[in-house]
Amino acid sequence: MRKIVSVVVLLVLAVGFLVSGNMLDFGNPAESGMDAYMLANGQVQTGGNNIVTDVVFDYRGFDTLGEATVLFTAVLGVGLVFRRIRNKQEEEYEYE
Amino acid sequence: MYLNLPFIGAGLLMLIGIAIILMRKNLVKMIMGLSIVEAGVNLFLVASGYVDGGIPPIFTAAGDTVMVYPTVQAMTLTNIVIGIATTALLLSFVIIVYRRYGTADVDGMRRLRG
Amino acid sequence: MNMSKIVRAAAHLLFPAILVYGFYIVVHGHLTPGGGFQGGAVIATGFVLLYVAFSYQRLQEWFRLDAFKNAEALGLLLFIVTALVALGLGATFFYNWMANTGGLFGTPVPFGPNPGYLNTAGTIPIMNIAVGVEVLGAMSVILFYMLRGIKGGDE
Repeated sequence: MRKIVSVVVLLVLAVGFLVSGNMLDFGNPAESGMDAYMLANGQVQTGGNNIVTDVVFDYRGFDTLGEATVLFTAVLGVGLVFRRIRNKQEEEYEYE
Repeated sequence: MYLNLPFIGAGLLMLIGIAIILMRKNLVKMIMGLSIVEAGVNLFLVASGYVDGGIPPIFTAAGDTVMVYPTVQAMTLTNIVIGIATTALLLSFVIIVYRRYGTADVDGMRRLRG
Repeated sequence: MNMSKIVRAAAHLLFPAILVYGFYIVVHGHLTPGGGFQGGAVIATGFVLLYVAFSYQRLQEWFRLDAFKNAEALGLLLFIVTALVALGLGATFFYNWMANTGGLFGTPVPFGPNPGYLNTAGTIPIMNIAVGVEVLGAMSVILFYMLRGIKGGDE
């Protein structure tokens, strides 16, 4: 039963991904005013040669702040999982 | 000339990753399948910004042709870091579950301990 | 149970080279492909090489865990302070308040291909260094916690 359902789901997803992936136009994306502005003015306004770093740290710097916070939260989570309980006889972890 | 090959490749990667998550019972293999799905998503994002005959959007010693779009590459960078954070937390949960139940198999964790 | 002498000697020789390469990618983030996140991951790879070649006890003798925790927090703090200074100067949050002035990292750049000058691009190199230090600290802390959490701590 589980195998039949998973095979049907995979078939539906396969048709969805491959047919819609074939309909896209590789090499001619839609005309984007934002990218044209960044390519034309990015070097003079910020002063950096690398336009991708300009976008990541200057035009979209707030997203990079969110990303750094996500990394910090992941380290908090890993440190919380592997903490040591101090009032036992030996150094043990929970659920031992 | 390229026949949409990057988009078909990204779709195949996502499909293989979802198939691994659905068909395997080991927890570590499910996490590997999730990692493959994220790789497919990143490939799709980068391939959707390509302009025909474009060079990388860097002005240091560049030529004189049209450049590809830089915004999707910034999104991909963020997505890769988020994938790292997700995988690290998932793997530490697998270590705790293994220490508690003695097995990393999904079928061995069906008991509710009272 | 150690790795062989060749592996240990090669790890001793390769570790400074990996560190220098990672810092090069971080600092030149506004001129060549790369930046803070990529360079921080390369530097963390150097520490993984030391763990693979030597055992976890030797690694605990050389590096303390508190140094990496402090480095990670310091990196995030420097990133936020650089963005808040622009708010104090009257402009919006994350405004590039050092570009196109005359001081540190403030040389203006004309449009078009050029050989790449390091003294440009304002707050972007400072943010690159802050994020590089943060990613290096975060990857090393995750690695050390997971290795300490596995029973025994070796292999």
